[in-house]
Amino acid sequence: MVTLGIDVGSITAKAALVKDGKLLSTAVIVTGYNSKNAGEAVFEKILSEAGVNRAEIKGIVATGYGRNSVSFAGKSITEITCHAAGAHFLNPAVRSVIDIGGQDSKAIVMDEAGKVKDFAMNDKCAAGTGRFLEVMARALEVDINDFGSMSLKADNPAKISSLCTVFAESEVISLIAKGEKRKNIIAGIHESIGSRVAAMAGRLGLTSPVMMTGGVAKNIGVVKALEGKTGKSIEVSDMAQLTGAIGAALIAMTL
Amino acid sequence: MTTEGQAPDPEKEKRKIKSVKKMKEIMTNYYIEAKSAEQTGKKVAWITSGGPVEPLIVMDIIPVYPENHGAMIGASKMGVDLCEKSEQMGYSRDLCSYARSDIACAPVNGGPIGGLPRPDMLVCCNNICGTVLKWYEVQARYFNVPLFILDTPFCHTEFSDEARKYVRKQVDEYIEFLEMVCGKKCDFDRMAEVGKLSVRGQRLWQEVLDTAAHKPAPMSAFDAFFHLALIVTLRGTQTVIDYYTGLLEEMRERITSGISAVPDEKYRLLWDNLPVWYKTKWLSEKFAAHDACLVADTYTSAWCGSLKYIDENDFLGTMAEGYSRIYLNIGVDEMAETVIEMVDKYDADGVVMHSNRSCKPYSLGQYDIQRIVQEKREIPTLMIEADMVDERSFSESQIETRIDAFMEVLKAR
Ligand code: SF4
Repeated sequence: MVTLGIDVGSITAKAALVKDGKLLSTAVIVTGYNSKNAGEAVFEKILSEAGVNRAEIKGIVATGYGRNSVSFAGKSITEITCHAAGAHFLNPAVRSVIDIGGQDSKAIVMDEAGKVKDFAMNDKCAAGTGRFLEVMARALEVDINDFGSMSLKADNPAKISSLCTVFAESEVISLIAKGEKRKNIIAGIHESIGSRVAAMAGRLGLTSPVMMTGGVAKNIGVVKALEGKTGKSIEVSDMAQLTGAIGAALIAMTL
Repeated sequence: MTTEGQAPDPEKEKRKIKSVKKMKEIMTNYYIEAKSAEQTGKKVAWITSGGPVEPLIVMDIIPVYPENHGAMIGASKMGVDLCEKSEQMGYSRDLCSYARSDIACAPVNGGPIGGLPRPDMLVCCNNICGTVLKWYEVQARYFNVPLFILDTPFCHTEFSDEARKYVRKQVDEYIEFLEMVCGKKCDFDRMAEVGKLSVRGQRLWQEVLDTAAHKPAPMSAFDAFFHLALIVTLRGTQTVIDYYTGLLEEMRERITSGISAVPDEKYRLLWDNLPVWYKTKWLSEKFAAHDACLVADTYTSAWCGSLKYIDENDFLGTMAEGYSRIYLNIGVDEMAETVIEMVDKYDADGVVMHSNRSCKPYSLGQYDIQRIVQEKREIPTLMIEADMVDERSFSESQIETRIDAFMEVLKAR
């Protein structure tokens, strides 16, 4: 049986096809202005890339912040439940998940079956989210994909103390003006995200092993900062960004 | 879009609480009377929601509640506009949105009822928070009227004898203050009567709320948010007793005929903190769509929560304790105890906590209360960040995700 998971996030839309419990194919596109179109587009993309027919698909679950705009999905399930299921699929030993997405971040604790026991989400501020990193990348004129490697070269991470994205941005701009090295500023940004997310995760109480999911997990600097702040080692799968979509496809199998 | 000519959905009609109409009438008359006080020669006192209103009733003074007004401003979605006005006046956005919207309303007679009637005096009791002190000082200066402050010490773990004497003494001073402003003596026989009526009203309110312990619940916390207005504003009058007697009867009838607040109640939840006034409909529909009913809340039950300290035959002598030991004036451990008692009483499957940007005393201990409840009852709790009046602090898509995820956790248990 083939099932599909669609994860429409605020920055990217992801899709995963699962056949009899095995991952068949995945796809990622940029969400853009219209989240409804993004759902359709990533659906088309995965179908053509995997060479699968629409009729073969027996169940579709949508997740992510745009989940309710995916009209062709049979059901919408939140990112929290889907990331837990996806992480459990990628490594069944995992008991906690930290997901930093485009517009929010969450910490999830789950049981041995991958079922959510408890979760926490950041308050509505953008600090501590993927959007925060994007704003900073723009201010620094650095490609966001280089953030991780650049921050590893930092010799003295800058201190960014503002809790608010807008204030943090002006802090960054004044650091640039003072001639602070980019790598140190970037490392400081990662530290600041790390502190925020670790405080939220701390409230929940993380159980090891911990996995980080979501697009920001590709940024090694954030992962390292989080490890430092939580005092726990954190694993990252190659499929980090697709975890939610994979989880959604797996849940579609059970419906 | 018009709904005219469409037949109302009989399912929905059946679920509507019939007493609502009467309640609206009472509140309308109350505000008309208050607003025409200048013509009728009656005196008006503005008083904090947790303040001792009974002496005002005895002295024939019309009590008016800026906080109830704040709730109306929130419910009619006029909060943002007024909050912004107060910010232009120089008040911080961190200030409670009831205070901000009330302060902004006064000079322009804004809000859903064109402003509150001008006060002849202000009565401020700090048993709910410290914000009210400054807020009432601001308004006393603006209207140039006398202000009485009743100081209730915070009850960390107990109510000491010193505290009792201290508050009791102030009750006497309060009555002297009213006598001075009104230029007449207090009738202490009437005081005893009003005290009895107040206690009876509170008991009835508790009984109304208790009907939600029935499965399925005949009313939800959202209904309680609405029907609360009377016990707040007219406590100590016969009106309250008559109304809640009728409401209680209606709730009992609903139980007998199997009418529930939520059509297919499967999950029972407890709400903590003030309502999100501009989103009550959205929230109640959101939870109902998950077959969840908010069966009780810590907020509306605060107006009968300290009954156990009051002796109806010695109201004046015991009200010091009753007014001091209310939910917002006790330690976090005792608050958590109260929440757990409610979880048990109403057999709640989970707790929804509104972390309210405005109300610091209500929101401060919530993470601890959350942890204690989770440890002692092992039920899931949800925290949502919002504000009771200021819509700028509400993010619908984020809150929707949290509620959906919370319900997924509950359903998977
Ligand atoms: S801070 Fe809280 S208790 Fe005080 S007036 Fe505002 S809402 Fe009421």
